[in-house]
Amino acid sequence: MANETLKPSAAPVSGPTPRNTTLGKVRTHPTQNEGLIFEKSSPGKRAVKLPPLDVPEVDPAALLGEHLRADLGCMPEVSEIEIIRHFTRLSTWNYAIDLGMYPLGSCTMKYNPRVNEFIARIEGLAEAHPYQPESLAQGSLEVVSLLEQCLIEITGMDAITLQPAAGAHGEFTGILLVRAYHESRGNARRKVIVPDSAHGTNPATAAICGYEVQNLKSNALGMVDVAELERIVDEDTAALMLTNPSTIGVFESEIHKIADVLHAKGALLYMDGANMNALVGKARPGDFGVDVMHLNLHKTFSTPHGGGGPGSGPVACKAILEPFLPTPVLARKRDGSMTWNFDRPQSVGRVRAFYGNYGMFLRALAYILANGPDGLRQTTEDAVLNANYIRASLEDLYDLPYKTASMHEVVFSDRRQAARGVRTGDIAKRIIDYGFHPFTVSFPMIVSGALMIEPTESESKEELDLFIEAMRSIAQEVEQSPELVKHAPHSTRVSRLDEATAARKPILRWRPTALSSQPVE
Amino acid sequence: MRYLPKSPAERRAMLERVGVASADELFHVIPEEYRLTRDLAVPRQLGESEIIDHFRQAAAKNAVGYTSFLGAGCYRHYRPVVIDSLVQRGEFLTSYTPYQAEITQGTLQAIFEFQTMICELTGMDVANASMYDGSTGAAEAIMMATRITGRTHSVVASTVHPEYREVMSTYAQHQGLPSSTVGYDAKSGRVNLDLLDASITSDTACVLVQSPNFFGILEDIPAIAAIAHAKGALLIVSIAEAISLGVVRPPVEADIVSMEAQSFGVAISYGGPYCGVIATKEKFIRQMPGRLAGETRDADGNRGFVLTLATREQHIRREKATSNICTNQALVALMATIFLTVYGKEGLRELALHNLAKADFAAATLASQPGARLLFAGSPRFNDFVLATDDAPSAVNARLLEQKIIGGLDLTRWYPELGHATLWCATELNTRTQIEAAASSLAAAPVEA
Repeated sequence: MANETLKPSAAPVSGPTPRNTTLGKVRTHPTQNEGLIFEKSSPGKRAVKLPPLDVPEVDPAALLGEHLRADLGCMPEVSEIEIIRHFTRLSTWNYAIDLGMYPLGSCTMKYNPRVNEFIARIEGLAEAHPYQPESLAQGSLEVVSLLEQCLIEITGMDAITLQPAAGAHGEFTGILLVRAYHESRGNARRKVIVPDSAHGTNPATAAICGYEVQNLKSNALGMVDVAELERIVDEDTAALMLTNPSTIGVFESEIHKIADVLHAKGALLYMDGANMNALVGKARPGDFGVDVMHLNLHKTFSTPHGGGGPGSGPVACKAILEPFLPTPVLARKRDGSMTWNFDRPQSVGRVRAFYGNYGMFLRALAYILANGPDGLRQTTEDAVLNANYIRASLEDLYDLPYKTASMHEVVFSDRRQAARGVRTGDIAKRIIDYGFHPFTVSFPMIVSGALMIEPTESESKEELDLFIEAMRSIAQEVEQSPELVKHAPHSTRVSRLDEATAARKPILRWRPTALSSQPVE
Repeated sequence: MRYLPKSPAERRAMLERVGVASADELFHVIPEEYRLTRDLAVPRQLGESEIIDHFRQAAAKNAVGYTSFLGAGCYRHYRPVVIDSLVQRGEFLTSYTPYQAEITQGTLQAIFEFQTMICELTGMDVANASMYDGSTGAAEAIMMATRITGRTHSVVASTVHPEYREVMSTYAQHQGLPSSTVGYDAKSGRVNLDLLDASITSDTACVLVQSPNFFGILEDIPAIAAIAHAKGALLIVSIAEAISLGVVRPPVEADIVSMEAQSFGVAISYGGPYCGVIATKEKFIRQMPGRLAGETRDADGNRGFVLTLATREQHIRREKATSNICTNQALVALMATIFLTVYGKEGLRELALHNLAKADFAAATLASQPGARLLFAGSPRFNDFVLATDDAPSAVNARLLEQKIIGGLDLTRWYPELGHATLWCATELNTRTQIEAAASSLAAAPVEA
């Protein structure tokens, strides 16, 4: 790779240079090559030693007969040091919050405190079995109880379930509550209204809950068009699924009118809590008319994103929806002990086996305890300050399609750069060379060529200034040498992977037949 | 606040750049009546040592120092130390969904390895990057089968985990997808094949069975597949105890396998987070939910990996997507991948054989006690087994608890027809001493003075 190409004034990409230059916060260094684990396998190598069997050996053929497995094919045979090196090398190919700012809008990539990981592994909690007697699980249940109380207080709602495993699963649960509520009144209703600025999970959720999706166009400010909403809400409307602050990072200032319009027709207001990091300690959805909402513990409450999960998507609701919550719900017995209540005749049923992603409850509660009321408020204020600081520092170079005040994220468009043939995806790839994870690209869909930037509270002024400097530098590159940006990234192990071929001829597993993988037949 | 990296002076400088006097001013877009002007009623800010104390105290109120024979969908297996060393590397722990392939090759290659291992273990062609868990995976598998066949009904064996069945029922009922349950043979504890055959109609999209089933017994997958396929229905096999695949023949006759991978190095953690996964035949790939990592090349010809076939997914297809799933269980899938790498081809088989031996010994030892007998004794099984006792399960378990032993799961709630029955599990972690102690407590009928 040619480090000179990192400079805007550099010669062509292929120009070799021996020097290693510094670019803002990064310089390049070698990373290790590493094949697939199957390619390192050799018969007889092993990384495990089982204790001697203290019961009589069994003859599997006698016990299992025709169910006996012949062999385990290409499962790897490697030693422990190879495993450590393999996964450590792979890890170095990832970008992560621990390495720097990860301003992926809508995803709230904040610091994941290490004490959370520590307490989640305390033996009595980590080894608790969901079927152990309740009398021997009171510690686990008290964690659930305290987390529920905290989340109810933070959202201003009346009741909650922690069972959903992620945000989209929470949406599913929330819309099932809506459906059960309407059914209990004689008519499930037919449609769910989803603004065009919504996350893709919202319409997908409404559809799998058996609802017809009605799209709602945003107004010129990127907000809900209340007059249009009033026009389309009718007795067939089950709910509006609203993200607030919206996906352009703007608070729906007419939120009370929106709730009134819905409630007047017997419809409910569902809030996608993806952007709750803008509100904790400053405003409560339960106070502004929301009937049901989900939270993402892996966004707002700092549980690690882990490369795409696990998440946790608790659903909080008003008292009118409480009878329909998934079974079981936590209850307190007369003697003060906690118990799971399965006797819930109006419940929508279970949405997941056991009680949800319990390990995430531990982490989220640890986060709340580490913050307290003052810390939670300061966190929200810093998250909003950081987004506004970025906005103020970049709005002279990047087009701001909606001038409304920003909350926790700011959404620019690539309109000015597109005139030079550079799109948001190109800018995203180029920011990688500067040592940052890209912002969210091309979302929300109401902004053409969106750059959706959510810094979270976890960024220092120093890190924000480096990001701003990088974005300003890229804007300059777009003017002076757009090709440099269009072919980025220049510093990564691989660049511009062929996604079209990957989708046309999918290779989704390794095959032992050749050195490299073969397409699935 | 120790997680916030700004000094008061830095905040002031930033507020100045933004052009506001205070951070609170930034919230003036929220109508005044909705602004919270008080502290949240949550516990005060704690120091790190206080946080650890808080959770240690909670842990002390749980069963600590007890021997457990619980399985039933959550299995106690040894977790090699390297799993937590590796998954706690910040580059895995604190990254997100690998949409930007250039800087997420580590996660993408690990997912590709996971997919490969799941395919090898299940005998399927393709596996996704994970689902939430075994129960939601099974529900999604049914929805997938309805899309493939254009039929709406599902037939589910009553030997499938009862909580999985509840979840499937929640998913199906609200989409108007009818489902029926097929009972089991009272002697074998396996799905009743005659009843199964009779329940499948031309509207049946799929048959869903679990193997090993909830009683720990292996179902006759080839026979069930033949019955389903004869009427044009698909076969979905759910697997809750994945270690069984080390020694049990994979369900290659199935069209879809929905697996819970918790047994592969994932802490029980009171029921989650776990790792569901859906695997299937290549021809059904475009109806499969969830993320997929695929191999490709970059501009210089280097091998690399990307998320692929995204046109099935919600962020592209919105209301026409195969599922609404977005965040899955990536880090847990990584735990499973590392576990499978540590155990490997030989170790996984040895581990499965140890489980088979422990459960066989435990079943025989417990069933030899007076007033106890093994149900479905003649059927092939893995590490769960059903014990019938003269005494009620509550009485038996109370005796065991006095000896700090958590006995089998009381089945009365879900299978009252079995009478006094409990579901036990013995894994490689249960020692002979523990098994014998449980047997002697089981037998120790109250002595009348």
